Amino acid sequence: MAEKTKMKWDIKDIDNWGWKKAPMGATIQEAGNAAYYKTGGWRTERPVLNNEKCTNCLICWISCPDASIMVNDAKMEGFDYDHCKGCGICSKVCAPKAIEMHPEGGEE
Amino acid sequence: MAKAATKLNAPAKKPKVKAITVAMTGNAGCALAMKQINPDVVAAYPITPQTTIVEEFATYVANGAVDTEYVNVESEHSAMSACIGASAAGARVMTTTSSQGLALMWEELSIASAMRLPIVMHNVNRALSGPINIHCDHSDSMGARDMGWVQMFGETAQEAYDNTIIAIRVAEHEKVLLPVMIMHDGFITSHAIDRFDVLEDDVVKKFVGEYEPKQALLNIDDPKTFGPFAMPAYYFEQRRQLREALDGAKDIVLKVSKEYGKLTGRSYGLFEEYRLDDAHIAIVVMGSTAGTAKYVVDQARAKGIKVGLLKLRLFRPFPAAEIAEALSHLKAVAVMDRADSIGALGGPVYMEVKAALYNSKKRPHVQGYVYGLGGRDTGPDQIETVIDDLKKIARGTEAPREQVTFLGVKG
Repeated sequence: MAEKTKMKWDIKDIDNWGWKKAPMGATIQEAGNAAYYKTGGWRTERPVLNNEKCTNCLICWISCPDASIMVNDAKMEGFDYDHCKGCGICSKVCAPKAIEMHPEGGEE
Repeated sequence: MAKAATKLNAPAKKPKVKAITVAMTGNAGCALAMKQINPDVVAAYPITPQTTIVEEFATYVANGAVDTEYVNVESEHSAMSACIGASAAGARVMTTTSSQGLALMWEELSIASAMRLPIVMHNVNRALSGPINIHCDHSDSMGARDMGWVQMFGETAQEAYDNTIIAIRVAEHEKVLLPVMIMHDGFITSHAIDRFDVLEDDVVKKFVGEYEPKQALLNIDDPKTFGPFAMPAYYFEQRRQLREALDGAKDIVLKVSKEYGKLTGRSYGLFEEYRLDDAHIAIVVMGSTAGTAKYVVDQARAKGIKVGLLKLRLFRPFPAAEIAEALSHLKAVAVMDRADSIGALGGPVYMEVKAALYNSKKRPHVQGYVYGLGGRDTGPDQIETVIDDLKKIARGTEAPREQVTFLGVKG
């Protein structure tokens, strides 16, 4: 998972906040909290990387609208499944066809 | 419980500030109050019978009498949207509307309250279409009664003027931070020239003070996201919080009205009691018809009939406990609605008054009346029939009717 931005606003327990603690007018009090909102559950198809075919061109990293391509030291290392919505753009743009979309809920 | 009612026959207090007596229409009085408040932003669209408020205010803008950014919009939908944006940005915002205009604002009304934006808006009461009709009834503002706005009704031009100034302080109070809708009756109050007292510009300026938003979109030192998505895990708590804020507005309306009363000598409660203390029967009514009803009450009193009146000022939040207390000593009560809640038990005020009394140990019979729809005149003769009904119900010679009675409808 992508590293969370350091925030002053402690929202770790936000799902358990009562109505008195909820921010007035539903305002989000501080920027940098999108990482806390896991959108991976929206996925119907999951990208799967074939390391042998991947050339580390990082076109997938450029194209991913959700910053869910994990890259370390200029190497493609896989997907942030907590936030990847399964749009399949990475798979479409991958020239060596190293990313395949597999249905969620099926077998690995 | 805080003292909820004012009595019209209470001796007038001596004002602390100079009163300037004017002869003006209710709408001109509202425009004058807006000029004296000098809001940062006004976004409005003209609609009969509200038009003269925006016209007069536009003149103040054109003459440089205010610093207001006046936004010309193409519809009321845009007017309320612009008000929401400006208020979220941190501005003091006002607007005005009527009838179809309020209806066109509908989806934004709920957003303004949910975002806790202290927008102050006149709604000059006019019947909703159809058939199209430009005259007074309360169906427009009653359609918006569940939108999370504070709603205050005025009887006279004086009250329309005073409520405008009071509304700013109520809306912006840190315990409220909600939009406020101020009503006065279309044409009857909006276009008739009335004699009333206004304040000097500086007195109003001092009374409303500077607006310091608690959170503002344009505060770059403390950036926040306004109006986000709230899924089932968060939405309910927001609505619960909104309910708390609106319920709490009742005390603030009383507090600000009291302060205004000390300044001007004109005190307002959540409602006004007129010859109610020793009454056996009473009429509950809102808006300009309260004036006619007071006249009829006086006539009936002269004949020895113990009748009183309760004029509701604050409709949202509904002061249920206070009203139940004020009416519990009576034998029979007539609630007059200038709007029908079609398909329901009766008019909205009738239903709420009746519900407010249900759990009281002592409760009067409550009879519902719908009157004056689409500007149909409501004269003393109609109100006299209401008093006749109440007398019979109180005496037990006639059973209270389950269905509402339509006053003045041809049939």
